[in-house]
Amino acid sequence: MCPTEMTSMERVLTALSHREPDRAPLFLLLTMHGAKELDLSIRDYFSTAEHVIEGQLRLRARYGHDCFYSLLYAAAEIEAFGGEVIWYEDGPPNSGAPFIRRPEDILDLTAPVPEDIPCLRRTLEVIAGLKERAGGEVPIIGVVIAPFSLPVMQMGFPSYIELIYEQPALLRRLMAVNQEFCVAWANAQFRAGATAICYFDPLASPDMIPPEIFCQTGLAAARHCLSRFSGPAVMHIGSGRCLSMIKELAAVGAVALSASVLEDLTEVKAACKGKIAVAGNLNGIEMRRWTPAQAEEKVRQALAAAAGGGFILADNHGEIPWQVSDEVLLAIAEAARRLGQKR
Amino acid sequence: MTGADSGVDFFAGRLLALDRLGAERMLLKEAQGSPFRAVECLVVPALEEIGRRWERGGVALAQVYMSSRICEELMEEMLPASSPERIRCPKIAIALLDDYHALGKMIVCAALRASGCAVRDWGRLTAEELAAQVVREQVGIVLISALMLRSALQVRKVRQLLDAAGSPAKIIVGGAPFRFDPELWREVGADAAGGNAAEAVRAVARCVAELT
Repeated sequence: MCPTEMTSMERVLTALSHREPDRAPLFLLLTMHGAKELDLSIRDYFSTAEHVIEGQLRLRARYGHDCFYSLLYAAAEIEAFGGEVIWYEDGPPNSGAPFIRRPEDILDLTAPVPEDIPCLRRTLEVIAGLKERAGGEVPIIGVVIAPFSLPVMQMGFPSYIELIYEQPALLRRLMAVNQEFCVAWANAQFRAGATAICYFDPLASPDMIPPEIFCQTGLAAARHCLSRFSGPAVMHIGSGRCLSMIKELAAVGAVALSASVLEDLTEVKAACKGKIAVAGNLNGIEMRRWTPAQAEEKVRQALAAAAGGGFILADNHGEIPWQVSDEVLLAIAEAARRLGQKR
Repeated sequence: MTGADSGVDFFAGRLLALDRLGAERMLLKEAQGSPFRAVECLVVPALEEIGRRWERGGVALAQVYMSSRICEELMEEMLPASSPERIRCPKIAIALLDDYHALGKMIVCAALRASGCAVRDWGRLTAEELAAQVVREQVGIVLISALMLRSALQVRKVRQLLDAAGSPAKIIVGGAPFRFDPELWREVGADAAGGNAAEAVRAVARCVAELT
């Protein structure tokens, strides 16, 4: 490290405070790729915390990016509620059949205690292990699924949309249970050593739910949760658009907001200036068939569009697909180091 | 804007406001005894308009779903699934590949039924199960909806199995991975992709024309 080179933590904190670090931070949000490093199946890899700790350490040693990502798999929260998880050899574990089969089932729903759930306890062990190994030099990013977006897996999206429009009392009850769980789960991750929590709320995008409905429901849930988190949060709205909702989303209390490849990054960055930092917006789906030269060009475009502080280079989905090659990840990392330097 | 355009906009507005009664009144007036007139003049253009607005970021997916569901219900009343008037065309089926995320499938299924097509909804199947069912039931057009990239890549296996079985079935795909990677549908061997429900309906119409 040269004398002026920042640690990853310094780089990220500088960017989040809307100042320009030595170079733009890079978050490679890698989950399953650790299994490739350890030559394990995805299911075996996630079966013990030691595997994931080792995988995250090796991935950061290889690519030199600026975070550890302690997410095992999003469907772990469904497992916590007693739902089914389906495993694949070549993709993230997916939630199975919705466990809320009828809206009335919501009345019997209770919030799980994170420390009592094996897959969540494993995540806490991962965070603690990474904290021990990395000290304070590398941010550890934990994840919670937002109370307003979790029902897509709990009851299926079609039934949930009908609930939103037609059964406000049951929706309030579901939000109350999910909020209790979300706050407990986020704070357990902070206690274990997470630096920040990625509050994953894809339904916050106006692409998914009309803004006037989100403002009365999901936005209130986000404010409720983030105000009770014992550390900072990043508002991640999946790969959906955010421009028309930036004023509202910037006010929920998060330190950064994800940007979609469907929107002009320069416009998003300008709209967020001084309010909230921006993370994005590399296309994770297309990434699997980029050449190294294309990867470099995409990085160059994103860095040019979001020049200055207040920006973290990342994919726009929140998890890099299993199919993205080592060659492309190396090209992204190398381009970010070279092209992201402060000028 | 023509009178027909303003009628379509007004009907789309009723759907987006979830005004089922208002939409029903417009449909009955437009149909004048011919449900297919209502399909051609109101339902399909309105769903196309709503799809365009979603692509531009003007409406939300939840509204697209509720609009499609209202149209499906109204057309089911005017033109029951068992009606011989339902468009006579190659057998059409829709499925999810190893995935429980059913919203896209339900929107497209509703839009196709609202457009007068008879559609078999096969739910969730593996690539092997789907290909075998297409062959067994001699389906001409199969629509596959995917949310996860892994599911989208499984379409390639369906194509290979159908080719190996000598099936001439057309594959139409849709869902987030195909939206974020416009080349993906060709890569996996699909015949067409629908970026939204209205595009899927148009893709079905093109495939029907090729097959008949």
